[in-house]
Amino acid sequence: MSATTTKAARPRIGAEAIAGKGWLGAHKWLVLRRLSQLGILALFLAGPWFGVWIVKGNLSSSLTLEVLPLTDPFLLAQSLAAGTLPYKEALIGAGIVVAFYLLAGGRVFCSWVCPMNLVTDAAAWLRRRLGLKGGKIPSGDTRYWLLGFMLVAAFFTGSLAWEWVNPVSMLHRGLIFGFGLAWGIVGGVFLYDLLIATRGWCGHLCPMGAFYSLLGSTALVRVSAARRSACDDCMDCFAVCPEPQVIRPALKAAGQDHPVILDRNCTNCGRCVDVCGKNVFRITTRFDRSES
Amino acid sequence: MGDMQDKPVGQGGTSPRRRFLREVAGVAGGACLLSLGVGLYAKQASALPAVALRPPGALAEGDFLAACVRCGLCVRDCPYDTLRLAELGDGVATGTPYFAARQVPCEMCEDIPCVVACPTGALDRSLTDIGKARMGLAVLIDHETCLNFLGLRCDVCYRVCPVIDKAITLERQHNPRSDRHAMLLPTVHSDYCTGCGKCEKSCVLPGEAAIKVLPVRLAQGSKAEHYRKGWEEKEAAGQSLIGEQIELPVRGLEGKSYGDTRVLPGQGPAPAPATPARPDSGLDSGWKP
Repeated sequence: MSATTTKAARPRIGAEAIAGKGWLGAHKWLVLRRLSQLGILALFLAGPWFGVWIVKGNLSSSLTLEVLPLTDPFLLAQSLAAGTLPYKEALIGAGIVVAFYLLAGGRVFCSWVCPMNLVTDAAAWLRRRLGLKGGKIPSGDTRYWLLGFMLVAAFFTGSLAWEWVNPVSMLHRGLIFGFGLAWGIVGGVFLYDLLIATRGWCGHLCPMGAFYSLLGSTALVRVSAARRSACDDCMDCFAVCPEPQVIRPALKAAGQDHPVILDRNCTNCGRCVDVCGKNVFRITTRFDRSES
Repeated sequence: MGDMQDKPVGQGGTSPRRRFLREVAGVAGGACLLSLGVGLYAKQASALPAVALRPPGALAEGDFLAACVRCGLCVRDCPYDTLRLAELGDGVATGTPYFAARQVPCEMCEDIPCVVACPTGALDRSLTDIGKARMGLAVLIDHETCLNFLGLRCDVCYRVCPVIDKAITLERQHNPRSDRHAMLLPTVHSDYCTGCGKCEKSCVLPGEAAIKVLPVRLAQGSKAEHYRKGWEEKEAAGQSLIGEQIELPVRGLEGKSYGDTRVLPGQGPAPAPATPARPDSGLDSGWKP
């Protein structure tokens, strides 16, 4: 685009990385992530579209190859708050999901599985491209309060309150079972992220994401700013990170001395690894605190 | 919880604690308002429209909405594509399974795969006999257009009923219009009707069906427990509670059982004897002093 040539003083984000590693090298994790998101969606769609039944159901609850049950733990928590004890399939399914994300990092769901990520990433990309600034960003804590109050609402209404409006499950269910007017809600999230709050939905409001954040404190897989001594403060990682506040403690040794990003809001998306021209970041384990 | 970012602490002037509390109160208040809105919406939108029927074994609507996670596994395992997940705008709680009998009725599978598929118990697995399902209750709702009520022999709802002669029977009644035919009225019995909707689906009327499956709550009146029915009391006591009654003869109906007022051919009043009109008398009224 012409922006690259006219604004020579500020090259496009990641330009240095592309120059150094090639396009594929500078988009490795992004491509893998898209493959993961679309692949999981394809597994769900193979049944209704082509009659190949690998995974039945949707992200709320599913059955893989007729044996593996998986259930959204936040939904199960709402169900318990609403006063029902589900069958063991749902309990086991939620247990498996919780165990996986406790190891892999809760927000891995957000960046590697959730279909809404495609929508909000698109909004963030377009916002950067159009150079939109300003707006009104709610506090990042709003999501935790929403999470708590939704459980309270489930208790008082005796129903899965959040599921009446949840754009995430509506999008996924809509893709598989039919949308109705749910397009409007998904479109609303896109416009909100584009025009009102950058990364507003996933990073500040979504109580599902907040639930997965709570599962993120013990993640084994983590991003480390291992070569932080090479950082030239180009700020590209901050520009692409969906949760930019998580980078500083590791990269700039603010409040911690090791280079591992331990913040539970880090989604392990790996975009910072891609976009860094100096190869500062790498994906490793939480125990790998070495610097190189 | 929190991001330490952009929250400078202790800058003299306003106390950091007050500032912190004010911020938290704002965030919490906003989230609380939003939740209140969602909760109220959930509460007010949870009424199920009358044409939407839940799958077999569904818990009572309130419990169902607490248990159903809207995964659609019941929809997937329904071999007849009867069930569908409500889309936003259908008027049914978004993502919950339902069917509309006039479009696709329940085929009452013996193994009830939808119930087996449900991971949460929103469809109750204690339902193992599909005959005991109560998805709704059929009601012959329009006596004016039902062909059998017009004295014709349609009978289609009765014929297609999977519980024929129990859930729907044909009750013979005198047809007062022709005065010489019977009407066979399809009659639903709640003890057997599962609410599968095959009758509504196959009603031959072009648009709306004359027989419809409604939620049991709408279809059935409450029992009048405070009324004591003479015939039941009599059966319970083994005899009439008011002792033997003298049966008075009903003239003209000798030889018939008490209460049987049906008139068979040849039993009616004798036709007036045909008397030749006298040419001199003008109109003969037939009156005799």
